Amino acid sequence: MDEIFGIPAPLLFGQLLLGLINGAFYAMLSLGLAVIFGLLNIINFTHGAQFMMGAFVAWMLLNWLGLGYWWALLLAPLIVGLSGVIIERTMISRLYKLDHLYGLLLTFGIGLIIEGVFRNYFGSSGLPYRPPAELQGGWDLGFMFMPVYRFWVVVFSLVVCLATWLMIEKTRLGAYLRAATENAALVQAFGVNVPRLITLTYGFGVALAALAGVLAAPIYSVNPQMGTNLIIIVFAVVVIGGMGSILGSVLTGFGLGVVEGLTRVFWPEASATVIFVIMAIVLVTRPAGLFGRA
Amino acid sequence: MADALADLPIAAQEGASPLLAVRGLEAWYGESHVLHGVTLDVHEGEVVTLLGRNGAGKTTTLRSIMGLVPKRSGSVHYAGRELIGARSDAIARAGIAYCPEERGIFASLDVTENLMLPPVVRPGGLPLETIYELFPNLKERARSQGTKLSGGEQQMLAIARILRTGAKLLLLDEPSEGLAPVIVQQIGRTIRELKQRGFTVLLVEQNFRFAQTVADRHYVMEHGKVVDMVRNEDLNASMDRLHEYLGV
Repeated sequence: MDEIFGIPAPLLFGQLLLGLINGAFYAMLSLGLAVIFGLLNIINFTHGAQFMMGAFVAWMLLNWLGLGYWWALLLAPLIVGLSGVIIERTMISRLYKLDHLYGLLLTFGIGLIIEGVFRNYFGSSGLPYRPPAELQGGWDLGFMFMPVYRFWVVVFSLVVCLATWLMIEKTRLGAYLRAATENAALVQAFGVNVPRLITLTYGFGVALAALAGVLAAPIYSVNPQMGTNLIIIVFAVVVIGGMGSILGSVLTGFGLGVVEGLTRVFWPEASATVIFVIMAIVLVTRPAGLFGRA
Repeated sequence: MADALADLPIAAQEGASPLLAVRGLEAWYGESHVLHGVTLDVHEGEVVTLLGRNGAGKTTTLRSIMGLVPKRSGSVHYAGRELIGARSDAIARAGIAYCPEERGIFASLDVTENLMLPPVVRPGGLPLETIYELFPNLKERARSQGTKLSGGEQQMLAIARILRTGAKLLLLDEPSEGLAPVIVQQIGRTIRELKQRGFTVLLVEQNFRFAQTVADRHYVMEHGKVVDMVRNEDLNASMDRLHEYLGV
């Protein structure tokens, strides 16, 4: 068990774990993007900034109000989600009658502004955020060292993705969401307040991004660019999984994280590009994405 | 032409104020002016059809009543409320339910989810057991994907799901379209059954032989206007006139 395919086992498993961690973030972020795109038909380019806001709100809660990680896990998604609701109500909702491109430009611009404001106030060097005492340390599994916090991130994000999927597939609210994704005008003609459903959906997608941001705060340093770096890959994940597919975005997120991790072991030079190579291949062979409906 | 129109018995003279009173309804799709002053009445418990050629404005009339046409003017008075400026969800909540021509069955929902989708807007809707008695197929196929049903079953589902909500006025857009004769008969029985249960129905039809089996009155539309009204009992006597309108 020391070597697998000529690779030292701890290195292989270490990269697999790292791949799963990255996959957890890809999954949560692309899930939010998929939910928003499904109903609003807008690719939310503010998503990376909202992920970063989640991490910063966690940092602010701790350093300004003394509220720790567990509070941040609850409050940061609510606070950032609320900011998303305001953005949708005051700005994005004005663009639904126009081409989707305008929504993309608007959310891209909002993202740049938010990142600029945070860079102005906090600089770009990054702020430390420690995991809570309960989640520090790690286990020696014999073949590798497993940090508790990283294990927690993978499990927690799996639970969040599963809960989101159940909510969308099995509840009445989820049925409204799926139906409105297909034909919003008819769902509204049945008496459902679709504009409010859209606002809440956007807020929910943004809250998911912020939740991922809180999870990320102890792993990556909290800095204004943390979303930008991640979100480019997440867009590729969404394209590969299929726009608007809920289950597809989760499976693709975790899957591509692992693929990326393995590439780092076997061909390190390609690890930064492997996802984009896969994206190109998928776009050529299955333009609707692996799980998308053509 | 204008003088002749003024004399037409557009409104039914039944004394009681109508459940639905449409007056001078105009509607636009973008730049094109589709409805040019539609006026009609539907009384409580009546089944009324809109007849007319393709493009006469029948579907647009239903969609305008339902608030689904972005630009409209005139008056849509329902159960004591003016609805011309209301949003479609408010119109639904006032007690009007709509079954679109393309049926609008959702592919990502199974049959039961499709059936349960429209929220209850007021008390008095049909209980689920009654709906399953009327449409036994829907119970058998409860877990099927909505769009995997046959055309007839989809039409049954599209009608069934608006019966639960407590809406009293049903707007049905060509429920007989594209269906086998035996299914059309079944839809006809269903509409008569709904009338007995106290529903009021405004029905768009091309097939006036079918309309004759279910309706109390018929409005004829041409070029975005109501041009004539025929009571069902006078239908046979008015055949020549209708043939001219409908070009059959």
